[in-house]
Amino acid sequence: MADIDIQHLANLSQLDLKSAEIAMVRQDLDRIIAMVDQMQAVDTENVKPLAHPLDARQRLRQDEVTEEVDRDLYQRGAPATEDGLYLVPRVVE
Amino acid sequence: MHADSSLIELANGLKNRTFSSLELTNAYLSAIDESQDELNAFITVTADIARAQAKAADERLAAGDAPALCGVPLAYKDIFCTEGVATTCGSRMLENFIAPYTATAIARLNDAGAVMLGKTNLDEFAMGSSNENSYFGSVANPWDPSRVPGGSSGGSACAVAAGLAPAALGTDTGGSIRQPAAFCGVSGLKPTYGRVSRYGMVAFASSLDQGGVFARGAADIAMVLGHMAGFDPRDSTSADQTDDWLTACRSQPPSAASQGRIGIPKQYFVDLGVTDASMQNACRTLEAAGFTLVDVSVPHVDAAIACYYIIAGAEASTNLSRYDGVRFGHRCEDPQSLDDLYRRSRSEGFGAEVKRRILTGTYALSVGYYDAYYLKAQKIRRLIQQDFLDAFADVDLIIAPTTPDVAFKRGDLVDDPVAMYQQDIYTIPASLAGLPAMSIPCGQHQGLPLGMQLIGPHFAERTLLETAAAFQQLTDFHQLRPEPTA
Amino acid sequence: MTWESVIGLEVHVQLATRSKIFSGASSAFGAEPNSQACPVDLGLPGVLPVLNEEAVRMAVKFGLAIGAEVNAYSVFDRKNYFYPDLPKGYQISQFEQPIVGRGELIVHTEDGPPKTIGITRAHLEEDAGKSVHDAYAGLTGIDLNRTGTPLLEVVSDPDLRTAAEAAAYFRQLHTLVRYLKICDGNLAQGSMRCDANVSIRRMGESELGVRSEIKNINSFRFVEMAINYEIERQIELLESGGTVERDTRLYDAERNETRSMRSKELSNDYRYFPDPDLLPVEIDDAFIDAVAASMPELPEAKLNRYVTELDLSDYDAGWLTQDPDAAGYFEAVHAVSGNPKLSANWVMGELSAALNRAELDIAQSPLSAEKPGRLLQRIEDGTVSGKIAKGIFETLWQQGGEVDAIIAAEGLEQVTDTGAIQSLIDEIIAANPDQVAQFQAGKDKVFGFFVGQVMKASKGKANPQQVNELLRDALKH
Repeated sequence: MADIDIQHLANLSQLDLKSAEIAMVRQDLDRIIAMVDQMQAVDTENVKPLAHPLDARQRLRQDEVTEEVDRDLYQRGAPATEDGLYLVPRVVE
Repeated sequence: MHADSSLIELANGLKNRTFSSLELTNAYLSAIDESQDELNAFITVTADIARAQAKAADERLAAGDAPALCGVPLAYKDIFCTEGVATTCGSRMLENFIAPYTATAIARLNDAGAVMLGKTNLDEFAMGSSNENSYFGSVANPWDPSRVPGGSSGGSACAVAAGLAPAALGTDTGGSIRQPAAFCGVSGLKPTYGRVSRYGMVAFASSLDQGGVFARGAADIAMVLGHMAGFDPRDSTSADQTDDWLTACRSQPPSAASQGRIGIPKQYFVDLGVTDASMQNACRTLEAAGFTLVDVSVPHVDAAIACYYIIAGAEASTNLSRYDGVRFGHRCEDPQSLDDLYRRSRSEGFGAEVKRRILTGTYALSVGYYDAYYLKAQKIRRLIQQDFLDAFADVDLIIAPTTPDVAFKRGDLVDDPVAMYQQDIYTIPASLAGLPAMSIPCGQHQGLPLGMQLIGPHFAERTLLETAAAFQQLTDFHQLRPEPTA
Repeated sequence: MTWESVIGLEVHVQLATRSKIFSGASSAFGAEPNSQACPVDLGLPGVLPVLNEEAVRMAVKFGLAIGAEVNAYSVFDRKNYFYPDLPKGYQISQFEQPIVGRGELIVHTEDGPPKTIGITRAHLEEDAGKSVHDAYAGLTGIDLNRTGTPLLEVVSDPDLRTAAEAAAYFRQLHTLVRYLKICDGNLAQGSMRCDANVSIRRMGESELGVRSEIKNINSFRFVEMAINYEIERQIELLESGGTVERDTRLYDAERNETRSMRSKELSNDYRYFPDPDLLPVEIDDAFIDAVAASMPELPEAKLNRYVTELDLSDYDAGWLTQDPDAAGYFEAVHAVSGNPKLSANWVMGELSAALNRAELDIAQSPLSAEKPGRLLQRIEDGTVSGKIAKGIFETLWQQGGEVDAIIAAEGLEQVTDTGAIQSLIDEIIAANPDQVAQFQAGKDKVFGFFVGQVMKASKGKANPQQVNELLRDALKH
């Protein structure tokens, strides 16, 4: 399964993997592919995908301000804040 | 002291002032304390809060007219947000996360006067079938501590089985309530998708997750569910379904059904092996109770595991993207750049199983694979749901084994993810279809519990609970207790 | 070598709802950092989105206004990427099944006939937060107040051919959303932002060239300048034998150039899939009909009406209808004055100049429209002359008051009594025999002197037309 670029998946997911982990992931993906082959065998012609078990429709909410924001409470466990802002290493655009 | 009592019995005892909530709560707190080294069922024990809640409950009980659940101690899987209390999801990522709000399901139980004993252990972010994936250590099966309690709601199942709480909340995505219930010899219900609010229940796989209940028997489960369930405007997937029967269960146990048609899926009743004897006995018991057993077919269940892992993995992979070390949760030391912040925080914060699932989920959604994987899986999902709906045209519920075998030994399956996935072979289809499903103890094999699964049509919890009640009138598997461990 | 530039704009319109698209936090501008970011906006563990009805209504309103198909069934998808202003690590947007389908917008440029620009689609999505880059050494500060503000992303067909056209399209869209009251149109506050996709091809070719995307432009002027720069840049590149790379660029207004952004985004696979926390949106005919019933007169229709029914010039009609507040003000003035041309002139002239000097928008005008309306009515009915009226306008502006009261208090009524004017004329003529002689000798310019003297003597109140007529008569003899 040399095809799957695990490093690329790790990049997309923002994860660092040790080489042992990469090996395990590769194994997992092999199994997933095998499972997928199983899926391919099932005839799904003209079958609509089922995204939600109840096939219901989205409820609409009234446009009202209902939240009182307690910034201090929400930021209590924040790793780094200053003047109410969350701090991260400098982002260059 | 009260370890043998059912939740209903305790509720009655409290109402009749036979004992106080504070006494009861303290008894459980002691038991929990003594059990932690061996069982490790709890991540956080909220002793102070519990006592404060118990005292308030006692006042309410004294005043009269308190809800039936008032003063009853409960335990909550540590995946439900509880304001002011650590909510870790069994992960280093949220080791120090104090939730600023309470999950709707728990808020309703709080309103009813329930007492929170603590947050139970779980597989990290609900991903696992053995509770061996927790940052806070594995949980032991109280029937045999060298074995797993099942997962991901291992801590809650263990707590109820070991008499550490009369009932506990869990979550079930592919079997995470039912399978540990079976392994631990207790009853466990996964409600219909949309029955219980997911607001505040940290998401694993959004279209599959449901909050549910562990307890000794059907009546106990019904009482807790009656309080917990119901439409929540904060959850778009919450069903706008009022069920008077369920509401009545808050104070009134379900009656035992005495008739009905039960489907036996032929795909499930082959090569039963270890579960054969108990399933056969269960069938006979149900017939004796007045039910008619009918053959049914759910032909697409073979593809269920593949379908589940694609869907659950895809949804989970993006649900976990918010854990980035920016606003809360684990942050790596001294990040050198934004990328460094993300990668190290996430890699340090997540365990191996979670990382693997994120990667396979990312793969399933990635460019070029969406149609073949995710979309295909959702189509198979509809076929599986249709199989069950077709069967329900002829029967009122379906039964199956809950697990292929008894609880396995700790460490046995850790390196074999496929064998681990196979644990969920009977439970996954009901999750995909959003159907309510329940596991109740139905036998033993070499001294270890086995469970039988009842699966009903959407919103037919009544059918499940009344059938379970009937079964539990005629059997005593649900009354069996593990030997107290030395 | 003749090159053709092909331009498409993706405009993000911030919808003017009270609360966010998926949470009940306020979406008002300018609050203290993170004081309007509730748990749902912060993407805390366990939170869930619920869709704001008004955002849907506003999207439908827009769809109807551009004559688009409004899709009864639409789906929200997750667009996955990591960035600190995106708390969940994904943006909830709409990918394959947007709420609004194909539509069009008629754009008026300064030169050339109106052009119909196709709109591919418009979809709802949530806005991200803001980054503060320079306040902390080596660090960036993140404010998530803006997270979850509803956006309507409007995607044009690549029908635009010049930077001027693109700017006009952006302007037209700005006008439209203000008419519909779905956006406050405050560009400085970021209420509308535009991404421009620019590519070049040889004239006559049908295939599109490689495009680059200039992101986040928030002024009409910069849209034009940025696109012009980019066109030049691409032409130079191609003419010198190079190739245009598909990339994402930022416009630097100070240097008037576009710069490539870090190429992170390009390697991104957004892995769109339907958001499992939300259900498909289904709106019925009753919903759409209710929105249709609430539509205002649209700018294009209003412009046409001003030209055909009120006989205003294309230019004047265009000027007045560009801003719904201006159109509304004009119509209110006209309702009182009864003279559309006069009303247009004054709104575009006196009022506009006064507002500019005071740095006010027409919506902030200290004069309610009824006042200039009354003033113009008094010109119309001959009570005051145009010149005097200008003075009254100044008084109204500086001190307030009512038109008729000012006229009365300062005795500004035009003098139209022929006899009175005649006496003044007689006096002036008698007092200036030399000038009379000059005029009668053929120096026509001297007439102006007499007019001036009569006006001065009447303190500006004499009816100019009558003065003219009577003076000519008087000087003949």
